Amino acid sequence: MSVFDIISHQLVNGLVLGSFYALVALGYTMIFGVIKLLNFAHGDLYMVGGFLGFLSLSAVASVVGSDWPGIFIAMFLSMIAVGCIGVVIERVAYHPMLAAPRLSILITALAVSLVLQNTVLSLTGGQYTAFKTDLGFGGINLGSLFISYNQMVLVATSGVLMIALHLFVTRTQFGRAMRAVSIDMDMSQLLGINVPVIIAVTFFIGSALAAAAGTMAGAYYGSIWYFMGFLIGLKAFTAAVIGGIGSIPGAMLGGLILGLLEAFGTQIPFIGSEWKDVFSFAVLILVLVLKPTGLLGKSEQERM
Amino acid sequence: MSGALLNLSGVSLAFAGNTVLQNVDFQVAEGAVVSLIGPNGAGKTSLFNCITGFYKPQSGAITFDGHELLKLRPHRVTASGIARTFQNVRLFREMTVMQNVMSGMHSRTRSGAIAAILRLPSQRAEEAAIRDYCEGCLRFVGVGPEEYDRIATTLAYGHQRRVEIARALATQPKLLLLDEPAAGLNAGEKQDLIALIRRIRDERGISVLLIEHDTGLVMQVSERISVLDHGAMIAEGTAKQIQSNPKVIEAYLGQEDAEAELDF
Repeated sequence: MSVFDIISHQLVNGLVLGSFYALVALGYTMIFGVIKLLNFAHGDLYMVGGFLGFLSLSAVASVVGSDWPGIFIAMFLSMIAVGCIGVVIERVAYHPMLAAPRLSILITALAVSLVLQNTVLSLTGGQYTAFKTDLGFGGINLGSLFISYNQMVLVATSGVLMIALHLFVTRTQFGRAMRAVSIDMDMSQLLGINVPVIIAVTFFIGSALAAAAGTMAGAYYGSIWYFMGFLIGLKAFTAAVIGGIGSIPGAMLGGLILGLLEAFGTQIPFIGSEWKDVFSFAVLILVLVLKPTGLLGKSEQERM
Repeated sequence: MSGALLNLSGVSLAFAGNTVLQNVDFQVAEGAVVSLIGPNGAGKTSLFNCITGFYKPQSGAITFDGHELLKLRPHRVTASGIARTFQNVRLFREMTVMQNVMSGMHSRTRSGAIAAILRLPSQRAEEAAIRDYCEGCLRFVGVGPEEYDRIATTLAYGHQRRVEIARALATQPKLLLLDEPAAGLNAGEKQDLIALIRRIRDERGISVLLIEHDTGLVMQVSERISVLDHGAMIAEGTAKQIQSNPKVIEAYLGQEDAEAELDF
């Protein structure tokens, strides 16, 4: 393979991986924005999304088949269900802790993560579950570069979800209220914004995006298991921090950058692909040293 | 005075045993401009926080336009028709002037989250109506279209105050609480502020309650003045009555801020 082939091949791989990271990182950053919580259970919502997507697909496959139309329906159902789970988690686990010190709520998030993982572990017996689909192996050849239709659909779907989120946040009263709450919660209440509702909507959207990624990842890689959310949770967190935690465009950018870096990281001479996690966390450390607020993060400005 | 728009009776507030407000009775009549003055630490801002639902007084009642305010959460207080501004301007950083003002319309809009996500035509129409209304508010306070898309916190300080007032007006209040609106303004800007407060009452029919240290401004703009000292209401009346009230003079003199007395 020529150098150009390697570059373009890894570019496609990086975009796919980056799309997953970006979708999960968005939830991380949005939830951090409104309640300043690093929701370490977020990766597990991606995992639960994968399982509920799988169950939904099994339920609808006999009617619509299990190619992309079926997967989209399954993804939609999974997004709704996991969105609701996210809202319940917020009400039950996080809401009572909002006035408590930050560390308490962080530990609560770790507990929620364990509850989700172990629930699925006990239901599946810790086995990999095959995510059977009828996805084809077709694609197009650009010179020597092969891009599968699945990769294209996946990246495009992620793109559509992110554009929809961007429009929602920037062009609607709800989105404005969400940003207002993340900037100044007390002031938002004084402007008549029902803060608990905004927090619930944020959890719903963030969790639904993780579920979309979970379903698509399950369908794309062909298997799901209870621990699949752990590493992507850490990676999405890394992506959110690289982009600037709390910043929605930052999470999108951070996810794509991290995906691309990992894909290209596998090609560095003498460093095999088993080192790619080390590579991505090293990038996190580098960004934190050089620009602690992340690429698109704003530094806190104190008024005189 | 049961006909008052805002009525506080017997409001007492304490934090960890420290009395902040004691048995405060206070009214704002419909269509009035009322000032609340008093030495630093008298409890004026705490009184605002009780009205807007951020502090829960241990005893007393606050009624506003038929609502029992102490039973309402802060965002419902706003929806009932009370808006406030802050001593130090609290605009949303990173948002433009227009976005800041539009965020004030939240309790006056109907389109739910689903309509917003789907961007239904009704939601687009409402969005346009919100923008129109907010332009009206900005025009009213004298902020021009060239500043709508600037990040609000990059504006000159006096203009930030105007934007904050426009945002409060966007909540469509019946009563506007202004916490030291003249702080940091120069003489010319203070005159503009006086004119603006009068127009808010005269043209929009909004009652105004302000906390202010600038006694000159207070005397010019308010019909009634209440004086708070050490958490207790020590005087109430017209500017003339307050100026000659010995309790008031003592409250200000006792606080080694003799200048305040000279201003009277």
